[in-house]
Amino acid sequence: MEFKNTKGIFLQIADSISEKVMEGKYPPGEKIPSVRDLAAEMGVNPNTVMRTYSELQARGIIDNKRGVGYYASTDAVEIILKWKRKEFFETELPLIVKQTRILGITLDEIKPYFESTNNSI
Amino acid sequence: MIQIKDLNFAYPRQQALFNSLSVNLEAGSITGLLGKNGAGKTSLLKLLTGLLHPVSGELSVMDHQPRKRDVSMLNDVFMVPEEFYFPSITIRDYLKAYTPFYPRFDFELFDRILIEFELESNRNLQRLSHGQKKKFLIAFALSSKCRFLVLDEPTNGLDIPSKALFRKILAGSLDEDQLVIISTHQVKDVENLIDKIIILDNGEVIFHQTILEISLKVAFVSGTSADASGAIYSEPVPGGYRMMIPNGHEESEVDIELLFNAITNGHKI
Repeated sequence: MEFKNTKGIFLQIADSISEKVMEGKYPPGEKIPSVRDLAAEMGVNPNTVMRTYSELQARGIIDNKRGVGYYASTDAVEIILKWKRKEFFETELPLIVKQTRILGITLDEIKPYFESTNNSI
Repeated sequence: MIQIKDLNFAYPRQQALFNSLSVNLEAGSITGLLGKNGAGKTSLLKLLTGLLHPVSGELSVMDHQPRKRDVSMLNDVFMVPEEFYFPSITIRDYLKAYTPFYPRFDFELFDRILIEFELESNRNLQRLSHGQKKKFLIAFALSSKCRFLVLDEPTNGLDIPSKALFRKILAGSLDEDQLVIISTHQVKDVENLIDKIIILDNGEVIFHQTILEISLKVAFVSGTSADASGAIYSEPVPGGYRMMIPNGHEESEVDIELLFNAITNGHKI
């Protein structure tokens, strides 16, 4: 797996696990790979993956059943959606707004892109 | 696991390489040992494995003095050196001869790694290419389950797919009681694999921090102007600058190359 240059690796792994939960690859209530297996799959230090799992656990996205492993929590999808929305408004949107100001793009110019029924405008 | 205190070392009739070097290392880490050519990386690794002896100072590896070369230390230490020689025998015969020295040797793991590296145990070691020999040595080292593993430039000579394979195999086969030291110039090859960085310079440990500590203190970003962002250190790259800046709020991926250049140019974090 290739990583982007920006976010810390442990957050990138958190994103990729979150995406898999959203896509249904790790359904809520189901087991997710062990720290060691995920580290081996990605060629990443196990301590980094451990940190990702602690973070996801703190956010309530995954649960740790002692001696059994990690599971996607039952309300993982809602929690991820909340986090993703927060991230969009706090980090992604400000960048888009800044860029539109620099380029002199008005809201009216952008609107058609949202109103279009087919996504490939 | 490893304690070095006030270590002094010099090769005969040469000026001192290490002057009062001190550093401690614990198990459960893959530590990257970085330094310019001639900084003393390989010498330090040889001191830790009993291949060189200190002039003075304390050196303890798993409660042993490496210079004594106790059997109970040597069967728990494995080093993949940069240069190596093999007798003209098959991989299978080599295992027969050398695995008795390593009581924790995991044959199943060895077979798995051999398959991943596309090597067959009936191959004669001398007829393997340099890269294939390296892969065999890495397979042996990881399967030895020695608590202290030393890898000197492990990715040198490995082909492109094998470098990623090396990372995956290492990340997936380590136990928490093991310590791995990887000495390398190929920092891209071990990015995301190492969790701690030690930088040797002029016979001193000038830097010793975990990737976590680093990422909490500084961020690595790209930008078009080096001055505007209050960069601690910057380098021109195509399209602008790569910069190390004080960490604002979000952690970035640690750019080991930029960090190394910043630290060896006298910057502190």
